[in-house]
Amino acid sequence: MSLLNVKDLKTSYGPVNVLAGVSFTVEPGETYALVGESGSGKTTVIRAIAGLAPAQEGSVTFEGREIRGASERELRPLRKDIAMMFQDPVGSLSPRLTIRSLITEPYRIQGMKDRDLDAEAKRLLEMVNLPAHFADRYPYQLSGGQARRVGVARALALEPKLILADEPTAGLDVSVQGELLNLMNDLRERLGLAMVIITHNLNVVRHVADRMGIMYLGRLVEEGTTEAIFKNPRHPYTRCLLSANPEPDPDARLERIALKGEPPSLLRRPKGCEFRERCPFAQEICTQTPQWEVANGHGLRCLAPLS
Amino acid sequence: MTDTLLEIDRLSVDYETARGDLKALRDISFDVRKGEIVGIVGESGCGKSTLISSILRLTAPNTRFRQGEVRFKGQDLLQLPERQMRNLRGADISIVFQDPMQTHNPVLSIGQQMVDIQHRSKASKAEKRARAAKMLGAVGIPDPEARLAQFPHEFSGGMRQRIAIAMALMSEPDLLIADEPTTALDATLEVQIIERLQELQQEFNCAILFISHHLGVIAELCDRVVVMYAGAVVESGDVREIFHDPKHPYTRRLIDCDPGHIKERARVLPTIPGEVPDLANLPGGCIFRDRCDQAMPRCASHVPPLIQLKDGHHAACWLNHKEAAE
Amino acid sequence: MAKSRTELGQIVTGVARDPLGLMGLIIVGTIVFCAIFAYWIVPFDPVGMNIKDRLQGPSWTHLLGTDQLGRDTFSRVIAGGQVALQVALPAVFGAMAIGLTLGMIAGYGPKWLDNLLMLFFDTIRSFPTVMFALAVVALVGPSLQTVVFVVMATSIPTYGRVARTQTLTLRNSEFILAERSMGASMTRILGVHMLPNIVGVLAVLAAMDIPTVIALEAGLSFLGLGVKPPTPSWGALLKDGYSLIRQTPWLVVGGGLPIILATLGFTFLGESLRDVVDPKLRKQR
Repeated sequence: MSLLNVKDLKTSYGPVNVLAGVSFTVEPGETYALVGESGSGKTTVIRAIAGLAPAQEGSVTFEGREIRGASERELRPLRKDIAMMFQDPVGSLSPRLTIRSLITEPYRIQGMKDRDLDAEAKRLLEMVNLPAHFADRYPYQLSGGQARRVGVARALALEPKLILADEPTAGLDVSVQGELLNLMNDLRERLGLAMVIITHNLNVVRHVADRMGIMYLGRLVEEGTTEAIFKNPRHPYTRCLLSANPEPDPDARLERIALKGEPPSLLRRPKGCEFRERCPFAQEICTQTPQWEVANGHGLRCLAPLS
Repeated sequence: MTDTLLEIDRLSVDYETARGDLKALRDISFDVRKGEIVGIVGESGCGKSTLISSILRLTAPNTRFRQGEVRFKGQDLLQLPERQMRNLRGADISIVFQDPMQTHNPVLSIGQQMVDIQHRSKASKAEKRARAAKMLGAVGIPDPEARLAQFPHEFSGGMRQRIAIAMALMSEPDLLIADEPTTALDATLEVQIIERLQELQQEFNCAILFISHHLGVIAELCDRVVVMYAGAVVESGDVREIFHDPKHPYTRRLIDCDPGHIKERARVLPTIPGEVPDLANLPGGCIFRDRCDQAMPRCASHVPPLIQLKDGHHAACWLNHKEAAE
Repeated sequence: MAKSRTELGQIVTGVARDPLGLMGLIIVGTIVFCAIFAYWIVPFDPVGMNIKDRLQGPSWTHLLGTDQLGRDTFSRVIAGGQVALQVALPAVFGAMAIGLTLGMIAGYGPKWLDNLLMLFFDTIRSFPTVMFALAVVALVGPSLQTVVFVVMATSIPTYGRVARTQTLTLRNSEFILAERSMGASMTRILGVHMLPNIVGVLAVLAAMDIPTVIALEAGLSFLGLGVKPPTPSWGALLKDGYSLIRQTPWLVVGGGLPIILATLGFTFLGESLRDVVDPKLRKQR
């Protein structure tokens, strides 16, 4: 049984359907990356899983239990097992609380007051390689990298089974980004966590994710192991994303596949293949609507796939 | 050197704070030639924003210029009367900011804003409007005539940044300062913006000072690179020299850290442990010493000077001095 | 608790560093000190009459002279300060507490509750304060409690609206989402995470509001709608002084000066407090 099973998840805000049916699974201990441009709906997916965004249709099961549309009361015990990390490292920390209060907040919320919170704070700070005296600081006194590690510490406090991380490296300097990814890789191996990471930074995905899904206009267009997708992307959109990744080498002018324009409005979804108008490889057949097809664990929504 | 457009000469800038003087820029020197793209790379706290505001003289009230000059076409901008400085901004020197969502006035149409910024020109309103439409077309906004009537919120982030570039180029400036213009955008749009900037730079032949922490973008776009760390220039030179043969440990390790460099899945990614030193309480010697894996006794006591190693390639590190190695 | 103490300490030092703030602090401190220790400071009984010493000018015995009943004006000014604060502090803090609670509920709760509370706020705001005061006084008669009630009721919407706007802005911030993702209850989110970020703004508003309330109390007393005589009040002093201005100017001075000083003091303090508390400015310090 998969740890997390998202099936045909749909979300609309009025006439705007942000998620038009998203399905994927995450196994225990696995890291799954959701990749896409802004507006692709990736943030909505993880917020809907955590019950922070509405999802009108579809299902989300965690360890076999349906959690879509569950009430706050029903979700509370599950909050121990699913932790979230948000985009803004400093902004996701309550500004008037000390780091000690912030990282022990999960214990207080879950009513585990009998624990020695000072000791827990110390243990968690140590786990994310921050000095113990940071417990007395406030969020605004931290750098982005330090605040991010506080976020990791808080997410790990209750030893969750799944972490949902929204752009975990956003706003971090390159020299610090590696530290965070190493930390997350290390903790994942030690604690056997599963993770869903959403990002538009493909360089990050390559080093942390086991499998990845590419989202476009609230749908998955390709899914597979990270290795397979980096080596042999089948969907033109994936290919474009991969080639739009400037390399730190002035001589590596890779054959870039120019992506035309910007994602269309969700209010006017294109007919047929929704990527057709921007696709450099579009063909006659693409005026028809492509279906999601899976072969050898590799999912694809394209009528004219690349080989 | 008649083709030098902007010369930053031994510029030092402090911020007066309650904790004492914050030495935001120390002894910065580099130049930008006509029609070239110079990239400034550095991480948070390296002094990029202070540098830009110093060039434009849009500094906070507690800023103190301690020494040095900012010469633009031979004229020291720090000595210029405010009125002349105002005539320079937006005309000879333009800027594109990081956040495209906040650069436009939300209650005026794009067309109105683009006409307004031509206030120095004596052309008729219709001519100004036509020029605005032409510029929008030049930055790749489809159907520019019709879109002039629209308001900023009707455009996406990527479009707004392109409009910002169009507006910055309206006056045909000699120097365009681009302050992390692609940081807030997706990788796909980032690439579109870079390519557009390259084309426009050819067309208008203006120099660009491109500030970014994204090494891939710098490598792709720039002719020359200035690497800054904790308020000082640690290395500068031709883009190939910098990326293929870095002469400062910080530059070398910064490039190593970029995950775009590492093709195979890595269990452990390289990092630069440690923190940027406190600018209000700088340690003696080399500023990078505490994080450097090649530090020598000399680095603790003497500040390494920025010296020329090859034609145009400068670095500030004792490793490049023969006598220090012994 | 140690946390809030150091934070309060930071705010006080911040205010004291600003010259205007320091001045505000000194004036307000003096007024509060005089109000608390009024009983020991006053040289004469503020309501004790002494007909043969009536309508005197300033002298060493009567620093600000006496009124038509021979009461010592200086003593009445000091005691009037006590009355002013007895009205202003409970009214302002009561209004702030109620406004804060209602505003946060409006901002965080369901849409229908928000609409209902906003309607309530707008209804109250549409009454002119003085008219409302006249109506209430006509119903229950003038007293200190009536003034407190009127002032409190009419200021609730101001605090409520500010608290609501602040709550709406904070509601979608990532740290509140983070709390929700951990399963924090609504009371915890409002009490532990939102309140500390809103209360600063409202405290500034309250400090600026106190002089308005003092002036309002004086105005109501001046009209004879405030505290009942012979209770000393700055407004009542002004009223007496106004009718006796041909005989002696000192009553007007005695009633007017403290109102001006209190207004200035609380305004300086409030403005300085705003600069210190404002989180955007704070980060740069």
